[in-house]
Amino acid sequence: MRWLLVKDLQILRRSPLLVGLLIVYPVAIALMIGFALSSPPGKPKVAFFSQIAPGKGKIAFGSQQINVSRYANQLFDSIQPIKVHSRAEAIAKVRDGEASAALIIPADIIGQIQSLVTQGAGNPTVELILNSKDPLERQFADQAISARLSQVEQAVSKQVLRVAVADLQQVLNGGKIQFLGQNVPLLGLRNSRTIVAGAISALPTSSSLRLALKQVVSFADLAIGGLGFATPVLNSIGTPLTVQQTELAGRTTPADTYAVAIAVVVSLMFVTLLLAAGMLALERSENAYSRLVRGLVSPARLLSEKVALAAVCSGLVTLVMAAAVSLFVHLDWGRFELWVLALAVGGVAFGALGVAIGGLAREVSAASLLAFLLSLPIAFVALVPGDAVSSGVRAALDVVAFIFPFKPALQAVSNAFSGASPGIGWPLVHLVVLAVVFGALARVALRRFASA
Amino acid sequence: MSSTAASGERPTTIEARSLTKRFGARVALNEVTVETQVGELVAVIGPNGAGKTTLLSILAGALTPTSGEVTSAPRAIGWVPQQTALYRKLSVVENLRLFARLEKVADPDNAVERMLQQADLAERAGEEVGRLSGGNQQRVNIAIGLLSDPAALLLDEPSSALDPRQRERLWEFISTLADGGTTVMFSTHDVAEAERYGERVLVLADGELLFSGTPAELERTVGGDARDFESAFVRFLRERGH
Repeated sequence: MRWLLVKDLQILRRSPLLVGLLIVYPVAIALMIGFALSSPPGKPKVAFFSQIAPGKGKIAFGSQQINVSRYANQLFDSIQPIKVHSRAEAIAKVRDGEASAALIIPADIIGQIQSLVTQGAGNPTVELILNSKDPLERQFADQAISARLSQVEQAVSKQVLRVAVADLQQVLNGGKIQFLGQNVPLLGLRNSRTIVAGAISALPTSSSLRLALKQVVSFADLAIGGLGFATPVLNSIGTPLTVQQTELAGRTTPADTYAVAIAVVVSLMFVTLLLAAGMLALERSENAYSRLVRGLVSPARLLSEKVALAAVCSGLVTLVMAAAVSLFVHLDWGRFELWVLALAVGGVAFGALGVAIGGLAREVSAASLLAFLLSLPIAFVALVPGDAVSSGVRAALDVVAFIFPFKPALQAVSNAFSGASPGIGWPLVHLVVLAVVFGALARVALRRFASA
Repeated sequence: MSSTAASGERPTTIEARSLTKRFGARVALNEVTVETQVGELVAVIGPNGAGKTTLLSILAGALTPTSGEVTSAPRAIGWVPQQTALYRKLSVVENLRLFARLEKVADPDNAVERMLQQADLAERAGEEVGRLSGGNQQRVNIAIGLLSDPAALLLDEPSSALDPRQRERLWEFISTLADGGTTVMFSTHDVAEAERYGERVLVLADGELLFSGTPAELERTVGGDARDFESAFVRFLRERGH
């Protein structure tokens, strides 16, 4: 087997285009993923036109004012604003493709908010114009602006509530308010009740005012009790729901590590399948198979050699790839031996699938094409989220994912990278079983080599 | 008909009995028995699909018969398949060295050097096989078959892709081997070539061995008035319904 390995490595050494492709491909994927994960998300260009006159972005509320313009500036954190001077200009920017969306703030929005806050009637509306030519760009701009608008909306609501609560506290407890530029003391409901109660006790028991003042005290007690509840109620409106998150599956792989694992396993799959299928088919294309199996090399040993060659080469390439990606994304180097184990066993399972393909296809070009065509759906099926499809389709996808090595290889590699539960034991057992099954299939397929 | 070589004084090199090979329902070889002697040059002829390649592949150990047995060990037989079985990306010497090691030849480097000299390939030793002419590729192909210094060499249509000059050189080489005591069994479509170089001819048709004997014996079998050996061969097949 050693001499066959040496021979195959010599052949690979003399196929610089193929070897270059096998090295450049995963490195390019690694760099792309690294840059994508380490770069902050981009901001969509948005034409922005505000019809609010300068200095007019304030709402008077009770004794205080809220500056809405201050909150509107938060919107610019998630977009690249292109400030324009008219609605028509904003639309033109979107049409020309210079901006992916336009956001127009109407002149009456402050009045509408003021009316809503003070009278409960009003419909403050901003206008969002999206370019529908590119659905992905449209969705990106829509999500970026909508998410930020809802944050602004929530911030304004909280500020309004804070002002309302402060005013209520003053009504309840007293304080000072600004009126015509002067500080005016406000007695407050509690102080008023104390004063009235004191006045009652000072009155003679036969005074006809006692009954009337007692009614005032009773009202004050009710009002104090009711307003006492108002503060926590209003505060709760600001954040009505708190989500308490519990992870049931134990420690899971972080999303960026999982993305790296996908890239590594896709590369492992491509390189291993193409090498194993191609190098086995080459034995027949070169007519050497009949010479080899007449007692020189057993078919099982020949298959083992191809699997080992493909697994070692792809294992090395993907290890280098993982090391390169670790410059951008945190991978747990303390578990390096588990990386090697996961990639090695994954490589063997993919290699067994590769020799089965090579045995069935028999020609190098057909084997390469078949390996390539099979790779894409295998990866796709394993990556479809279970909840995204109906239960029937999900069951079918689960079966397909189970009989090919991509999913267990992905579980083993991602868990090896991150140390996530449930470890790599079961995925490795799964991969070993698949390697045995595909190896047996390849052995049967080799009979076609001899008879054809 | 099943036949053996005429009993000779020379020791037997290949011995196969009642070989049958089926591919599904098709019978490629039916109860064929063959024996060869040391230094004998045996030509296997027959129409397309007669079973020539199947017979040689079974004798070489490259194919397993459905029934029957070959008593000679595969290592004692050199095998030169019809299409050159070489790695085109490897040089001549790398191909020879690889197969010498796989054949577990006692001294691979010496065997490679010997074959380079014998096949007159020493000057081309470092060249990639894929860049050699068809004739030179065939010489490397034959040299690999001879690496283990076998008692018998099986060649499946060795001259089919060669020009007349290359063919002449090939037969000179093969004749030298036979003169040195190596049994050579070759299949060919060229009946004249079989008559010229074959000490004995085996005629196969539809998997049956119809004749085993010298070319002159075949001509006598059909009456001796045939224009040439090729006419005699065609008449022989026609008389037997092929």
